[in-house]
Amino acid sequence: MRLTSSILTNSETFKANEAAHLEALAQAREAAERASLGGGEKSRARHLSRGKMLPRDRVANLLDPGTPFLEIGATAAHDMYEGAAPGAGLIAGIGRVMGHDVMVVCNDATVKGGTYYPMTVKKHLRAQEIAAENHLPCVYLVDSGGANLPQQDEVFPDREHFGRIFYNQANMSAAGIPQIAVVMGSCTAGGAYMPAMSDVTIIVKEQGTIFLAGPPLVKAATGEVVSAEDLGGGDVHTRLSGVADYLAEDDTHALALARRAISHLNRRKPETVQWQSPEEPAYDPDEILGTVPASLRTPYDIREVIARTVDGSRFDEFKPRFGETLVTGFAHVKGCPVGIVANNGVLFSEAAVKGAHFIELCSQRKIPLVFLQNITGFMVGRKYENEGIARHGAKMVTAVASTSVPKITLLVGGSFGAGNYGMAGRAYQPRFLWTWPNSRISVMGGEQAAGVLATVKRDGIERGGGTWSAEEEAEFKRPTLEMFEHQSHPLYASARLWDDGIIDPRKTRDVLALSLSASLNAPIEDTRFGVFRM
Amino acid sequence: MFRKILIANRGEIACRVILSAQAMGVRTVAVYSDADADARHVALADEAVHIGGPRPADSYLKGARIIEAALATGAQAIHPGFGFLSENPDFVDAVTKAGLVFIGPSAEAIRAMGLKDAAKALMEKAGVPVVPGYQGENQETAHLARAAQDIGYPVLIKAVAGGGGKGMRLVEDPKDFAEALASAQGEAATAFGNANVLIEKYIQRPRHIEVQVFGDGTKAVHLFERDCSLQRRHQKVIEEAPAPGMTEEMRAAMGQAAVRAAEAIGYAGAGTVEFIVDGSEGLRTDGFWFMEMNTRLQVEHPVTEAITGVDLVEWQLRVAAGEALPARQEDLSITGHAFEARLYAEDVPAGFLPATGTLHHLAFPEFARIDSGVRQGDTISPWYDPMIAKVVTYGPTRSVALARLEAALAATQVAGSVTNLDFLGALTRHEGFARGEVDTGLIARDYDALTAQPEVPMASVALAALAAVPAAGAGEAGSDAGFTLWAPLSQSVALEHGETLYDCRVARSDKGWDVRVNDTDMEAEWRAGAWWIDGARAQGEALQVGAGISVFGAVTVHFTRPDPLAVEAGAGASAGLVLAPMPGLVKAVFVQAGEHVEKGARLAVLEAMKMEHTLTAGRDGTVEDVLAKAGDQVEAGAALITLADE
Repeated sequence: MRLTSSILTNSETFKANEAAHLEALAQAREAAERASLGGGEKSRARHLSRGKMLPRDRVANLLDPGTPFLEIGATAAHDMYEGAAPGAGLIAGIGRVMGHDVMVVCNDATVKGGTYYPMTVKKHLRAQEIAAENHLPCVYLVDSGGANLPQQDEVFPDREHFGRIFYNQANMSAAGIPQIAVVMGSCTAGGAYMPAMSDVTIIVKEQGTIFLAGPPLVKAATGEVVSAEDLGGGDVHTRLSGVADYLAEDDTHALALARRAISHLNRRKPETVQWQSPEEPAYDPDEILGTVPASLRTPYDIREVIARTVDGSRFDEFKPRFGETLVTGFAHVKGCPVGIVANNGVLFSEAAVKGAHFIELCSQRKIPLVFLQNITGFMVGRKYENEGIARHGAKMVTAVASTSVPKITLLVGGSFGAGNYGMAGRAYQPRFLWTWPNSRISVMGGEQAAGVLATVKRDGIERGGGTWSAEEEAEFKRPTLEMFEHQSHPLYASARLWDDGIIDPRKTRDVLALSLSASLNAPIEDTRFGVFRM
Repeated sequence: MFRKILIANRGEIACRVILSAQAMGVRTVAVYSDADADARHVALADEAVHIGGPRPADSYLKGARIIEAALATGAQAIHPGFGFLSENPDFVDAVTKAGLVFIGPSAEAIRAMGLKDAAKALMEKAGVPVVPGYQGENQETAHLARAAQDIGYPVLIKAVAGGGGKGMRLVEDPKDFAEALASAQGEAATAFGNANVLIEKYIQRPRHIEVQVFGDGTKAVHLFERDCSLQRRHQKVIEEAPAPGMTEEMRAAMGQAAVRAAEAIGYAGAGTVEFIVDGSEGLRTDGFWFMEMNTRLQVEHPVTEAITGVDLVEWQLRVAAGEALPARQEDLSITGHAFEARLYAEDVPAGFLPATGTLHHLAFPEFARIDSGVRQGDTISPWYDPMIAKVVTYGPTRSVALARLEAALAATQVAGSVTNLDFLGALTRHEGFARGEVDTGLIARDYDALTAQPEVPMASVALAALAAVPAAGAGEAGSDAGFTLWAPLSQSVALEHGETLYDCRVARSDKGWDVRVNDTDMEAEWRAGAWWIDGARAQGEALQVGAGISVFGAVTVHFTRPDPLAVEAGAGASAGLVLAPMPGLVKAVFVQAGEHVEKGARLAVLEAMKMEHTLTAGRDGTVEDVLAKAGDQVEAGAALITLADE
């Protein structure tokens, strides 16, 4: 059934909304574009002068011409490490190579020699997690000096640190997910295991090096003086050591060899969902900017977003008259069937139960789920606690947590409190989690948090017989408010990889479609739900 | 009418005959050589008989084998097409003797026209003008001067034994004759040791105009003229009908002369009487002369069909089957104008050398008549004429027909072989040709301009780059071509055209695509089913053909794409050292220090594990040192030979 929009695209509100979103978008775009330039003009020039391709060009020329690239964590480490690691010094994303969806992980040697900051490690591991969950072959375009030594305590020792990269490689390989490395620069120390642990490794002649200890360390340790090329260059590794399998003349040749290696994977996408011919929405996706209010406080009908996202704006809404603050229903995104779970207000018990019901339906039918998250939380108050909203909320959380169908989550507004859990927040392992530039994420709203803290403080003061003026209270609340505003901002969130990236709301359809398509590289398993608290 | 005929030919003419025959309900038998087993004419015909090897002498010229095939398949008649056996009177006799009908003139008629001098004499007797001239033993000045007077000035004095312009003089005024003759004779005597000369009418702007005739053995009609003046070294390039500047008077005179010629030899079927025409001062009834008669259908017959509405092959079959002439002279008339361009697989820059290749892509416009013997995927083999197609256009006037020819050639797409397409296109844009100022010297005069390699337009390179990044689908429902979240990815595309390498970058932009060719930035947008480059609709279409990309349009550009895998890493430094791959016995060493070797040259033989291993040079170079000799037992990895550093 086709959705009907009631948005007036020539209204003042529309224009004001659009302007506000464009401003937020420009901020995100600027951050992303800055990250895409890596370590700046000088180090890019130095990189090029060595006959190396810039990292983004390496990615571009690995991919099938004209195919999409879904980048992960484009603004990772934004404003972290005093701006020293744009994009966390790593490019990661899903692209198509010889017709296969693959995860590309490419070091950016223009950023501190491609060394691993904590966020670099986190981004690398996130890329591997996506690859593992969605059965995507991995191509590592390696050009890295290994761990960033001043950050070694945050990079080396823990479970989710550097070593996990190689653990993942071994286990993905064991699971039949191909691991291919192209050594286009240094692979030092632990980094040496990246090519060594790969199924197939290509190395660029007189440019790629692999060694456990570089020439300076060798000299320090044993006094042996040896050039990098003789210690672990392409010729050595393809002829003598066998650490690498193919010797490439240059970057172009190496990428062509990687493409050829992928052409021999003998893989095909499993049969999963019933595809339809794609169709544009009846309403222009570009209108999303004017449709969604500038302020998170202004309620709006989430169906207006759905109408600008799904094929033909057709949406078969499930249980439309029950639990109306949660909109559920079936649609197609670029031909892929999806079940949509979208917030349209605060979650009540009925809405939570309806959500659990719908997720169960989609799990049964093996229809991927799309969560459009704009949630202030579950309803609070005596009436609701007494009727067991926690019990009903738990049903939805159980359903979200245990379903086996791919989940794609998109933050289109607020993501606060337990609402985040019920709507497949990061902890619920959606295959992908994207966010709009206007979204905010925190345990609760800043106002509420400051209010809670102020109440506790006031109680303490008043218990001691003191008084607390409104001005004092406001002054007390200000840092909390500021902290929440700062930390709930999508750039802050994305920098820390709480999500997979900020997206242009006008590209929502493309991003969802590509995420779905990537997810469907893994077969959809049968779901076994946990115990529902009835 | 015949029930079944055999076509003793191949290529486009075989196809063309088969189609007319089939339209008349006549079944067809094709013959084919090894090289043509999958050819279009074989596929079109109702039956096909293999007649031999690819060399024409082993197949299409083997009359006996062809007659045998006709008898075996029950064909009643043989259509010879043109070329091969079409003007071979002995074959005609053999066909007739076998009890079959030869679709064409009698052996006698062919013989009568086969010997050029005898034919000229015969024509002169029949009152057909022949090129005036004198060639004889009497070399006296006065006699020659009289001959020149009879011929009419201007005249050409040519050394009988001559060539290369030596001993040749143009005389425009009788008073200059004696002096010119003396100088020509002197030069001829010096150059060739033979002072004899001949005198010939000098035709200032010669045009080749021919008249299509059709006879039933006694009576004949003509189907007007064709102008075939656009020639390159006597090869017709573009033909048209009617001839530009033709007057009714001239046409009647030429037509009557041609009919007289045909009737004089009792001609049956389609034939062509070729005339040389003086075009220097417009067409005049006293300015055309018989050259020869072609006793067959001509390649360029479609232009006549276009302006008369006659299917000449249908007429050939009807007359051969015994019907009277299908039309009287007064029933025939000219409507409109037609052109034919001969599209060949040939290398124009290399001097129009015949080319070969597999036609990976072949497309023609709907609005032109295309006579072709090949389809997409077919091969132009070295065995036969490298014609790809005849592109025939028609229009109510000459200028419309010519505009259509230009458009048709621009819309013709051939990839897989070089062609003369650009040359033909340049001719259609030639100003003199457009004005109808044609003569047989036109192409030679403007040869450089007509064969100039057109500059590759930047937009064509951009189109090729966009085709390499299959970008056209962008904007269609569901397309995600070139999608990125933020900054676009820029794809490198290397394109080669001849010696020129184009370094292109293609990236998605908000409106479409950004294309950079070397240092030129362009914006491309796919709109209304076409590319728009910097706001202008791109003229042309780019297609991936095999490993290359062809851009078709007013000029065709074939780009090749360097294969990034065609690089062999590993030569480099270590290739200078030839090592024993395993422990073994050196059986032989073939080189000595100082010797130059090429990559792949045999250097030594090592016997190991009961096998003989040949060690070869990894690169070109000079042998620096030979470290082992025959009989040495060596360890794995032992250096045997070193090449000097280059």
